[in-house]
Amino acid sequence: MVAKTRRKKRLERSIKVRCEGLYALSSWSEIAYLMAPRVLLILGLLVIPFYVDMYWQRVLCSAGIYALLALSFDFLAAYVGLVCLGGALFIGIGGYIAGLLNHYFHLSPFVTIPIATIVGAAISTLVLIPCLRLRGIYFAIVSFMLPLFAVYIIIALNVFGGTEGISALDTFPSISLELYLILAAVLAALFAIRRLVNEDMGIILRGVKDNDQAVRASGISITAYKIRAVFMAALLGCFGGAYLGHLYGWLGISLFAMDFSILPIAATVMGGMGSLVGPVLGAFILTPMSEALRGFGQLRVVLYCLILIAFMVYKPEGIMNILQRKYHQFEKWEEV
Amino acid sequence: MAESPILEVTELSKFFGGVQAIMNVSFALAPGQILGIIGPNGSGKTTLVNLISGFVKPDKGSVFFKGRNITALQPHKIANLGLTRTFQVMRPYHSLSAFKNLIVPLNSPRVKRSSAGKLGDIDAVAIDILEEVGFERDARVPYKTAGSLPLGYLKRLELGRCIALKPEVIICDEVFSGLSMSEITSLIPLLERLRMEGITLMMIEHRLRELFRLSDRVVVLAFGRKIAEGTPDEVMNNRTVKEAYLGTETKV
Repeated sequence: MVAKTRRKKRLERSIKVRCEGLYALSSWSEIAYLMAPRVLLILGLLVIPFYVDMYWQRVLCSAGIYALLALSFDFLAAYVGLVCLGGALFIGIGGYIAGLLNHYFHLSPFVTIPIATIVGAAISTLVLIPCLRLRGIYFAIVSFMLPLFAVYIIIALNVFGGTEGISALDTFPSISLELYLILAAVLAALFAIRRLVNEDMGIILRGVKDNDQAVRASGISITAYKIRAVFMAALLGCFGGAYLGHLYGWLGISLFAMDFSILPIAATVMGGMGSLVGPVLGAFILTPMSEALRGFGQLRVVLYCLILIAFMVYKPEGIMNILQRKYHQFEKWEEV
Repeated sequence: MAESPILEVTELSKFFGGVQAIMNVSFALAPGQILGIIGPNGSGKTTLVNLISGFVKPDKGSVFFKGRNITALQPHKIANLGLTRTFQVMRPYHSLSAFKNLIVPLNSPRVKRSSAGKLGDIDAVAIDILEEVGFERDARVPYKTAGSLPLGYLKRLELGRCIALKPEVIICDEVFSGLSMSEITSLIPLLERLRMEGITLMMIEHRLRELFRLSDRVVVLAFGRKIAEGTPDEVMNNRTVKEAYLGTETKV
């Protein structure tokens, strides 16, 4: 008697060639096959706001900010090898610059946000440059400490509104504007970074992650490339910060809150490290979930942590990588 | 030496704590030569490569490349001058396909300057270089992720990474190690062709037979010191070299 066992067999769908960046499109159905997930994501983000009330629309706005942070975290961690916990630094610097420009110079949000994005990213990068020679956990620790540093400077010197912050900043004229501004920013950032990591610049950055010695031996300054990468990641975060300041019409030290550094990591772990779209998805799941769990009070954090631990232990590849595999492969049982 | 040396090392020393990794080592490399560096394990060969290519700063002594002192320069600056190296431990950019690995050196200032923006399709250039180092053209190998390639291909990829930079000197840190006899015999013509193209090679090796066949001169290191230098024949018959490898004869 032969024991019959079954095993699951995975087969690649023919169109997805296993080598990177090589596709053969020969029919509309194949184009549709490749476009479907992208269209689904874009339409999903644009349509969902119609079906929820004002409160949840606001939640989507902050989910968008976290999505930008998660994207910038994933880009730096999975493609440059810098584990940057400086989300709060980016948000804080971006938020303060936009808020101060609005408060003291009465510039409209549509002027302050671009300025805060670019100037804020430049400042954040300058602050992080001395730490760029650190690797792995050391860079993570320093980037995590910098926001705390900024908070205590503001409190100790009592500048920029001190502990109170500055309120009554200009807000956006309408909820649909603030909603679609952030959603458009998330989509633009997502597709831009996806493109970037496959361009020469992105290839070099991935080289830095895999083996920085070989990059140096190839005549390329790794510091110069890391600086550019940090600047790009900071652009996303500072935009989020500037937007956040105008969203609530308020700036204060809680712009440097640890949530902005931690939640993006959670979103990235949940969504799938290195998939770029995964972290965005993760942020759009985790932020509303944390709102929905508000009723549980402090227990909320416990539930939150449990979900995260479950993901890390049982599905370390993350939602997006699983979905991607399911989409690109047939699975069938066969008898052995 | 008739020609002035392309690479010259003078009285180089490096200590790691109390350990003398390299002690007063001097030698010179004539253009177009193949120089072999041999020595027992732990004799400081890889440290020497790191010192010359700028990855480790020496405590004493200097390195001159084409008459210019490059001792204090950073590795990427040295590479841009035309001196590059392979690594003993193969760590390709494993998530990238083989030919994408070469996109990195092809974006270096040196290549951009020399091609004056007329590099054309950079991917095609990369695949040409891979063919040059022995990857089958049109086969799927160049498109496979580097992490999935066998060691023989990785060694070729590493040489390809150096060639992409259009260097004048390549320091090969144990390219033969871990390869089978047939893989080594297929690599040797490639190295000889590089020499024909005017690239000066400095080869750190443990495979003495193949190295002696290739090199014009050989430097022998033991415990961080240079104990012999000469043509392969001279070195092979040198008493101190035999002792360093096999130990001394003593009467019991």
